[in-house]
Amino acid sequence: METLEQIKARAEATVPGAQLSVVKNDSPCAQHSLLVDVEHAYVVAQFLRDDPQLRLDYCSNVTGVDFLDAELSEKVKVKKVVDGVEKEVEEVKKTKRAGYLEVVYHLYSMSLKHGPVILRQRTPGRADPVKVASLTPLWRSAEFQEREVFDLYGVLFDGHPDLRRILMWDGFKDYPMRKDYREPDDYEYEPTPHDEVLEKAKAHLPKQEVKA
Amino acid sequence: MTFHDLAYDAGKTDFQRKAEVIGVGREGELLEVAMGPQHPSTHGVFRMDVVLDGETVVKLKPVFGYLHRNHEKIAENTSYLGSMPYTDRLDYFCSLTNNWAYALSVEKLAGLQVPERAEYIRLITAELTRVLNHTCLAGFLLQDMGALGTPLMYAFREREKILDLIESLTGARMMCNYMRFGGCRCDLPAGWLDAAKKVVAEYPRFLDEFETLLSGNEILMARTQGVGKLSAELAINAGITGPMLRASGVDYDLRKVDNYGIYSRYPFRVPLGSHGDVYDRYMIRMLEMRESLKILEPALKDIPEGPVVDPKAKLRGFRPKAGEAYGRIETPKGELGFYLISDGSPNPYRYRVRPPSLINLTILEDMCLGQTVADAIVTLGSVDIVLGEVDR
Amino acid sequence: MDDGLRNELSKQGVVVVKLEELYNWGRKNSVWPLSFGLACCAIEMMAASMARYDLSRFGAEVFRPSPRQADLMIVAGTVTKKMAPQVVRLYNQMPEPKYVIAMGACAISGGPFKQGYNVLKGIDRYIPVDVHIPGCPPRPEALIHAFMTLQRKIDAQKLTGPDRARHLNAELPSEFPVPLFGEHDLVPTKNPNVWEPAVVVR
Repeated sequence: METLEQIKARAEATVPGAQLSVVKNDSPCAQHSLLVDVEHAYVVAQFLRDDPQLRLDYCSNVTGVDFLDAELSEKVKVKKVVDGVEKEVEEVKKTKRAGYLEVVYHLYSMSLKHGPVILRQRTPGRADPVKVASLTPLWRSAEFQEREVFDLYGVLFDGHPDLRRILMWDGFKDYPMRKDYREPDDYEYEPTPHDEVLEKAKAHLPKQEVKA
Repeated sequence: MTFHDLAYDAGKTDFQRKAEVIGVGREGELLEVAMGPQHPSTHGVFRMDVVLDGETVVKLKPVFGYLHRNHEKIAENTSYLGSMPYTDRLDYFCSLTNNWAYALSVEKLAGLQVPERAEYIRLITAELTRVLNHTCLAGFLLQDMGALGTPLMYAFREREKILDLIESLTGARMMCNYMRFGGCRCDLPAGWLDAAKKVVAEYPRFLDEFETLLSGNEILMARTQGVGKLSAELAINAGITGPMLRASGVDYDLRKVDNYGIYSRYPFRVPLGSHGDVYDRYMIRMLEMRESLKILEPALKDIPEGPVVDPKAKLRGFRPKAGEAYGRIETPKGELGFYLISDGSPNPYRYRVRPPSLINLTILEDMCLGQTVADAIVTLGSVDIVLGEVDR
Repeated sequence: MDDGLRNELSKQGVVVVKLEELYNWGRKNSVWPLSFGLACCAIEMMAASMARYDLSRFGAEVFRPSPRQADLMIVAGTVTKKMAPQVVRLYNQMPEPKYVIAMGACAISGGPFKQGYNVLKGIDRYIPVDVHIPGCPPRPEALIHAFMTLQRKIDAQKLTGPDRARHLNAELPSEFPVPLFGEHDLVPTKNPNVWEPAVVVR
């Protein structure tokens, strides 16, 4: 199979205006992925599916990921004049990153037996409305999985034929897989010594009189 | 009655489909049936909202979530190893292959190597699990067709023999929690290989007995042939994997495609169907069991001595570098994948299970439309779902 | 009648029993369970009724798919919040006398999935449970043990008097309110007439 850079170059040539970038993966398996902007995601995905060299006819996995607002700290080497001598000093540079939701598609080819090509779509923020393009019209396998991402993360899929809650009931209001979800407080007593769980259980403990 | 405005059918509205099947003006004669979540033939707490015209299925909507036990959320709050026992409970017939899929993904994420002996143990236990699952499925499928009791009794009799092996190896009948990142938890007990050889040697006799009774049985053929047809194009597009895909004639077995583990050392055939109906799915599973036994027989002889776990693999304080990995293996149900994102902390940042049972249900409606409700139940049985994996 | 005289009579071929004993003896040996599987434990429940473990030795092999014909509910597996109203409704549909076995850690307390947002932390928050079997999943032998425990429990039930069995006491409820789906959780989260949180003394 071609490298991701080659795929990216060909996709950019075929789909004018598409903003693609390669997201590096530092783990030993080195499965890098392709970030695509929401407006052109459908067309790029169609290219990936129909291109005779790629023929990614099988969308294996659809994942929603939640990234909260975060402060990234990066070590940067800066030249500074310390005591009259120019030195290289490490400084921690802090940047604020707005949170976003991400939908990851793992694409394989059943006819050519290669893959994966990993496609990502990002929403601009975490607040409503968070919209990405639905790829269900291209791959039916995404139908239930995109519904699941909608159910658990609250991502709206533009063009999904049947976007309803799938795992939780219809009147449910929260998006439970989001990182800032707080589950209902129905713990009473937990025998395991997890600190967080004990903290939660304290709400249910009867108030004890302080012994003198 | 009112039709929900929920249907999805490649460009057709509900009304068009309804009119095609029953004719305009007869909509009032339809009957809406909610099958499940408590229903003897839905393999657990699965629910199908079926709309019937007499006996014919006009519409079928699966409803999920009755066993949604938040596996992914819990896994994001525990350590990597802490999720291993939860993977057992995904597809509770095949806990060993679930363990393997998860261990494989973490090994990809952290770059661990598996020693030779552990690879053999993984292959042996995975193939035993495949035999176990397909045996039970045949029993359940026959039960859905109305053969109450007897085939399931036979299947569970054989299941107990394999469970004895699994129990003596892992300490538990169903929830094995056996694999570790970079190997397996413990070595084979004394005499295990001989016991396994005996079970493997005797298994074809059971299969012969079972097939003599069933595969040529006229009732079984009448109930399954031409029922629940699935074309290869739709199967690929809908991401169907496992025996269901191969019954539609698509040669895609991850044991051959990905070459994980040591499968390349053993020659085995991938049985393919040509009709894509329920009978083909049943026969594919029967043939796959025989192929699994062909792998098991030499593997039980070849297994070398050595350590069962990578000495470099850390049990405590296991923190993979930031990054992500998607690992997948061919479980008896299809492609089970785990997608892990690490941010360098002891817990995975994102932990996603790619459940084959859920995705194989995508085209359940397409397979059942226009059939009688009794055939819809047989079709659902041939998909081979386990609710622990469908809802997670 | 004292035991000595009863022994003497039985030696002569005369069997003397109380009506209560005969009634309970008949009931305890023909318990019909509801074939109702929720999760992993259901497989072990099936295994218990299959060839090797053979639950029919205890008169309980007649698994009925309809709650109207069953008198024992084996809650085998994780009860999720989405499933809990259906479980309570099934229990309400069973005729009296009815019994409940909570099989496995999940049905007792949520078990390994206790920290899940959609998992009910024990079915005894909504319906009364007669026998709890721990285990994840309990072995078929454990389920058989639970059956024998239930049989002993049935055997000891009184027909008359203030401590008579629930199904003979018109003042005690035989149906329990079905919880509703709320916006964040089930409403109510527990039935206070059935269950109160355990008081922890530290």
